[in-house]
Amino acid sequence: MNVFLFYISLFFYFAATVTYLVFLFKPKEIIGRAAHWIIASGFISHCAFTVWRYIEAGHTPITNIHESLSFFSLAVVGVFIAFERKYHLFILGSFVTPLALLLILASSLYSSAIPQLSPALKSNWLFVHTSLAFLSYAIFTVAFGAAIMYLIQERFLKKKKLGPLYQKLPSLVILDEINYRCLTFGFPLLTIAIITGAIWAETAWGTYWNWDPKETWSLVTWLIYAALLHGRLTTGWRGRRAALLSIVGFLVLLFTFLGINLLPGESLHSYDRLLGGKY
Amino acid sequence: MNIIVVGLSHKTASIDIREKVAFASNRMERPLRDLVALPDISEGIIVSTCNRVEIYAATHDMAGGIARLKRFIADYHNIPLDVLEPHLYSHHGEAAIRHLFRVASSLDSMVVGEPQVLGQIKSAYGYAAEFKTSGIILNRFLHKAFSVAKRVRTETKIASSAVSVSFAAVELAKKIFGDLTDKTVMLVGAGEMCELAAKYFLNSGVRGVMVANRTFERAERLAEEFDGRAIRFEDLFDQLHKADIILSSTGATHFIIGAKDVEEVIRRRRQKPMFFIDIAVPRDIDPKVNNVDNVYLYDMDDLQQLVASNLEHRVEEARKAEGIVEEEIGRFYSWLSMLEVTPTIVALRSHFEDIRRTELTKTLANWKELPPEDRKRLEVLTQAITNKLLHTPTNLLKMTGQGGRTDLYVDAVRQLFDLETAAPEEGEIGELEE
Repeated sequence: MNVFLFYISLFFYFAATVTYLVFLFKPKEIIGRAAHWIIASGFISHCAFTVWRYIEAGHTPITNIHESLSFFSLAVVGVFIAFERKYHLFILGSFVTPLALLLILASSLYSSAIPQLSPALKSNWLFVHTSLAFLSYAIFTVAFGAAIMYLIQERFLKKKKLGPLYQKLPSLVILDEINYRCLTFGFPLLTIAIITGAIWAETAWGTYWNWDPKETWSLVTWLIYAALLHGRLTTGWRGRRAALLSIVGFLVLLFTFLGINLLPGESLHSYDRLLGGKY
Repeated sequence: MNIIVVGLSHKTASIDIREKVAFASNRMERPLRDLVALPDISEGIIVSTCNRVEIYAATHDMAGGIARLKRFIADYHNIPLDVLEPHLYSHHGEAAIRHLFRVASSLDSMVVGEPQVLGQIKSAYGYAAEFKTSGIILNRFLHKAFSVAKRVRTETKIASSAVSVSFAAVELAKKIFGDLTDKTVMLVGAGEMCELAAKYFLNSGVRGVMVANRTFERAERLAEEFDGRAIRFEDLFDQLHKADIILSSTGATHFIIGAKDVEEVIRRRRQKPMFFIDIAVPRDIDPKVNNVDNVYLYDMDDLQQLVASNLEHRVEEARKAEGIVEEEIGRFYSWLSMLEVTPTIVALRSHFEDIRRTELTKTLANWKELPPEDRKRLEVLTQAITNKLLHTPTNLLKMTGQGGRTDLYVDAVRQLFDLETAAPEEGEIGELEE
């Protein structure tokens, strides 16, 4: 049943991605609505899957790479649906749902067996720290999608060559506003995630900050978004510069999330180490 | 009876001429009544918009009618006819019908496909109906024009895209700013094109207008027209940061706004985007301004290129629209010609019927011993004769009605049989068409 729900969600995300890409070429209201309902159905089944897994495992199901990618994907879809509803912008889906699909596809490649968590990590901090972190990641993913859209539209307007996407993309101001909204929600969440992580580290391992690669790169990510927010609030950075920075921020974020696990070397956050092992 | 039109438009006259011959919409009664009081003008409608002034009329005397309408416009506005004459165009018959159909379908507009003109013609027709200066012909003509416009709008995509420079500028602004309602437009210089573009921006809901001009009085006058604010030309760079959209059309021979100026202004605006539209030839704004972040600069060439590429896409739609117009002209013209022919046919038939009845009554009155069944035979016989006699002339008249030399035949028949014809009612035409 559990696995079944996961693949149902994956199927919905796939169908929604296809529909949103069709919408890109044929921007009919009805296609957009269809895509919206498909992704919403996927979101519901994915939520059900996550809750089911929580009950089955007895702890927050964000402990190995399979679960993390799955939760990341779920959060991206949730945040996207909220933004789509707020801005009535189906086309945002053409840029964001493929990312959610990639995440859930990646998740499906890893074993879905329920891992045994080391006793030290079984705490409420697991829920708070990981879910906030992935929520902020998801918000920055939507910001990344909007930033790509911004750069495309800005290029059309600057080069005065209005390509086929020009009519379908929204105005620069709207795209910039989405970018700003994402920053004002995502940045505080990321901040809290880092702080709760530090507190949790103190209770689990005895120190707030270990200069573990994951921690270092999280700090780099945080600094990039902090700089962007600072620039926006003080000198009115916006538009192209803001879009470029949020793309850089997202790439660093991806590295923080995935790269650390691929890099050789020791990290407290490596998933195999999270489970059982050393601590 | 025929339809004529005399008028001028943005294609033949500049704004200062058009302004002089405009008819105020709140004072339509007098010109309309004067119009139909002219000799041999039986119906009339006056269409007066900022882009065109046209008078449509029904008359028997096309050449004389056109001359009278020309004089009427000149006299009404106290302009010597020889000054006005070069700007006036006139059409009659099929060409006049085509003209109104094209105007109503927005094929003749400055911005092809813009929807306003139809409403303006509808209100012009409203005045004519109110003061009873339009009758059977113009009523039918105008209603036909409305339905043609509707067909063009629903069956082609002509109305759905930017096809003019001003319109293109507004569309671009929407892609930069999204909503235009809280935006401010600044006019630098006061050229005609600038004014027109400003009007488009106002129609799209921009909040405020600022006008900067070398002669302050002209700036004030324009500002008043747009309900905006005039600023002195020396203060241009002090005020520039308050404008989101800048329309420039000064007569300057060098760039008056450079990249350095704009960099400073955009910093002052905290990077809020700006859209510069340089309508002037030679240009007012340094092209390097486009390289400044969050600033977009389009000059006349850029806009025209956009419009041209847009037009290429629309050529097919325009051709379709012209096709619809031609089709409907055919239908309306045959109705109009039938309008001439029908009363003649009716009169001809009743003339024959009168003769038959008179003669038959006379004969039967003196032929008392004829049995009733034979009387009936006689009745049938005489009817058959008149019907046979009338068959060819009736058909011929109907055929000329569908195009051809209607007047010639109608006049000949009327004179040959000494017919008096009254104007038909709307319903009669339909009956005969079967």
